[in-house]
Amino acid sequence: MRGHSFAYYPGCSGLGTSMEYDSSTRAVCKALFVELHDVPDWSCCGSSPAHTVDHVLSAALSARNLAKVESTGRETVITPCPSCLTNLRTAGHRMEKPEFRARVNSLLDTPCKGDVQAKSVLQILFEDVGLEMIAASVQKPLKGLKVAPYYGCIMNRPPEIMQFDDHENPMAMDRILAALGAEVVPFPLKVECCGASYGVARKDVVARLSSRLLDTAVSLGADVMATACPLCQMNLDLRQEQASQHSGRAYSMPVLYFTQLMGMALGVAEAELGFDKLCVSPARAFEAMAASTVANKQTERGSRV
Amino acid sequence: MKIGVFVCHCGSNIEGTVDTAAVARASMLFPEVSHAEDVMYSCSEPGQEAIIDAVRTHGLDGVVVASCTPRMHEPTFRRAVERAGLNRYMLEMANIREHVSWIGKDRTANTNKAADLVRIAVEKLRRNRPLTPKSFDITRRVLVIGGGVAGIQAALDCADGGMEVVLVERTSSIGGKMAKLDKTFPTVDCSSCILGPKMVDVAQHPNITLYAYAEVEEVAGYVGNFNVKIRKKASYVDWVKCTGCGACMEKCPSKKSLDRFNESLGGAPAINIPFPQAIPKKAVIDAGYCRQFIKGKCGVCAKICPTGAIDYKMQDEVVEEKVGAIVAATGFDLFDHSKYGEYGGGRYPDVITALQYERLLSASGPTGGHVKRPSDGKEPKTVVFIQCVGSRDKSVDRPYCSGFCCMYTAKQAILTKDHIPDSQSYVFYMDIRAPGKMYDEFTRRAMEEYGARYVRGRVSMIVPQNGKYLVRGADTLMGSQLEVEADLVVLAVGAEAAVGSPQLAEKLRISYDKYGYFMESHPKLRPVETNTAGVYLAGCAQGPKDIPSSVAQGSASAAKVLGLFSKQKLESDPQISQVNLQRCVGCGKCETTCPFGAIHMIDFRGQEKAEVIETVCQGCGICAVTCPQGAIQLEHFTDNQILAEVEALCQF
Repeated sequence: MRGHSFAYYPGCSGLGTSMEYDSSTRAVCKALFVELHDVPDWSCCGSSPAHTVDHVLSAALSARNLAKVESTGRETVITPCPSCLTNLRTAGHRMEKPEFRARVNSLLDTPCKGDVQAKSVLQILFEDVGLEMIAASVQKPLKGLKVAPYYGCIMNRPPEIMQFDDHENPMAMDRILAALGAEVVPFPLKVECCGASYGVARKDVVARLSSRLLDTAVSLGADVMATACPLCQMNLDLRQEQASQHSGRAYSMPVLYFTQLMGMALGVAEAELGFDKLCVSPARAFEAMAASTVANKQTERGSRV
Repeated sequence: MKIGVFVCHCGSNIEGTVDTAAVARASMLFPEVSHAEDVMYSCSEPGQEAIIDAVRTHGLDGVVVASCTPRMHEPTFRRAVERAGLNRYMLEMANIREHVSWIGKDRTANTNKAADLVRIAVEKLRRNRPLTPKSFDITRRVLVIGGGVAGIQAALDCADGGMEVVLVERTSSIGGKMAKLDKTFPTVDCSSCILGPKMVDVAQHPNITLYAYAEVEEVAGYVGNFNVKIRKKASYVDWVKCTGCGACMEKCPSKKSLDRFNESLGGAPAINIPFPQAIPKKAVIDAGYCRQFIKGKCGVCAKICPTGAIDYKMQDEVVEEKVGAIVAATGFDLFDHSKYGEYGGGRYPDVITALQYERLLSASGPTGGHVKRPSDGKEPKTVVFIQCVGSRDKSVDRPYCSGFCCMYTAKQAILTKDHIPDSQSYVFYMDIRAPGKMYDEFTRRAMEEYGARYVRGRVSMIVPQNGKYLVRGADTLMGSQLEVEADLVVLAVGAEAAVGSPQLAEKLRISYDKYGYFMESHPKLRPVETNTAGVYLAGCAQGPKDIPSSVAQGSASAAKVLGLFSKQKLESDPQISQVNLQRCVGCGKCETTCPFGAIHMIDFRGQEKAEVIETVCQGCGICAVTCPQGAIQLEHFTDNQILAEVEALCQF
């Protein structure tokens, strides 16, 4: 079977706050015959701090990484983190203007031509690998697991830069999870803000916004939430207690990366998926799922007799 | 030859960047120019008088006017030289406004270029010869395409004026969008009660032939003499026998066809008469849902029909009609709100379009005029209206204002209170556009007398929550966020060009804009004409309009048709191709390239030769460039004239 091959940009969160996202991404890609080649000597993409100060500087940080990809001769770099993705894509978009590109390149040792495309892991799994391949590779279907897919606010927006899926009602993750056998609930807030980087400055804002997301997932009867963004995952998982305090409702909603769920369904060893890194343990949800599968099988058998 | 040159200032339009006096002085040096002057406004009465005076005083044989585009004023100046006693084709224009003064700022360069353009015109004029138009007969019948209110009005006015009318409607009944409305603004009178009688008039008028469930397939010919092919789609019901009794609809076992008249709120039988007041009131089988067509057995309607009108083997039929003029009144379609993911993208059952809501309000609608939510049939108490869905929004490629949504939303807010007195309506708007007669007063009534809460701001998202819909938006006047828990959300969807408009425009050889709306000849002064003689526009086919404007334009296009038909004969444009029979070798290349079918081969003293049908020739010149022998020349644009123009341009 012909596999795919991409340059891979883990981003700083991948080595710190979201190690489980990084490791599960690598494991899932391996299971689906997607070769990942780490960008050599990669550095910060210029996300949150730099782009609020100076667009040229921020773009230069991204462009340095894009130039590194260019040096390896690859055309596409993928990253799990939507924030990195935004910055890499925005830099590429802005550098389409020659004057801007010249200003950026004046800051770099190696000039960036700007013909490398950045895509999210989600996008290549959906578009390049495809649902058929994913469904065919499933070893343990997520049968009976009700999942609320949550994309976060920047995975698909702004649409003219991200150019992936519907920016108000994206479906890529929904359809991947459905291909894994999970029951995907129609989560209406899939692109709503979780509070994002207000985590430090205004905890009350994060608590309010995150608790709304958790509330909705609970009311839809979801067993787990699936995320695609390290910051969203952190706000929803780590701060669940703060959110509970804010709303007066005690949440215990496991918040997983969609790649962790994929890894589970594809039969990846649990050690590579990093479930132990989650604050709210998904163990109960998984047990319930296993139990319901067994129960289903028994009723099936029963009906056959 | 004595030539006069008139260089127009066009106020500051030309004089601002062109030294017109210098252009006039330079013109005096061109061959055969015996008079040249600059004029303030050459199209004005004194301007035209100056031309006439000069022709008479100096005994001029031809006139060059250097001014604006010939599209604007060529007929004006042609009439002027004719009044002065010259042949109207002894006029040439140099476009020194659009081609010079409006596009360049350098006065010296502009002046030189203007002089060059005048020199070209002079060289062409020196080779002009007087042309005389021929006259031809007119077929005094008119084709109206589209049976909405604009088309109905145009058809009735033409028919009342004594003309024979052929009315073609795509669906199985006339009435268009207006027939679906419950009430009209700002008078809140019953829509079908004011349209119904007009529809009956169409059916009963002796001068009107109605082809419902038919489409225009092909249009050939020219003003006064169009040949139109109309495809009558197979309805599988013999309309001569069908009495519209509706027995077939009751007994049809398939109820899954789309109820298009009720905007797909609920299903319809596969054999269907769209609504009780339909004109003609005849049934049509929707083959996509009919069991006889899908499974090959059923035949209930054929058994039940008291007149034996059902004919499953019916085929499309193409009829030909000869007409002298065409009115295109094909109307509009509504924006598809599923493009707005934030409003549910068509996934939420209780987020509906305004026209669907109109059907819920209507006594002849699927709920008998009781407002019920599509999801559970409950009466909504909080109704949120969202304006500008598919209007004034660049992100969905609909930057234009649809014009009527503000008004129909106000009407629906009023009707909601009438139907459900303990209800509360919210209207999220960008700004209120109510410029018609009694319109602003009407929207004020919705707010002040009927208590509709108008919130200026866009809705960011609709979220289903506990069986209701949380509508989140901004109140930009309060500067705050706002959330409304709605039972029903009504989207004021904007208008877009009817499906297939560009294709029809190609058939009619008229222009259309980037959104598919038909283009009028001049946005202000020729609003119902097109650039193709004999083809007129009415209603929303040209752009979104409310009912009064559509009706007014329907009448206006009828007036144009009657004006056209009031002439005994029409004059043909003499700027057409001529065949030099001595040079023609009869190869027939011109016949195959002519897009209008204006050339045919004849037998001339035993030899095959080309002949131009003068009334059909449009003067495009394709035959002239195709002819390997140079045997075809386009009058007024002969090879010699074009070469002279090029040579004039190449001089220093």
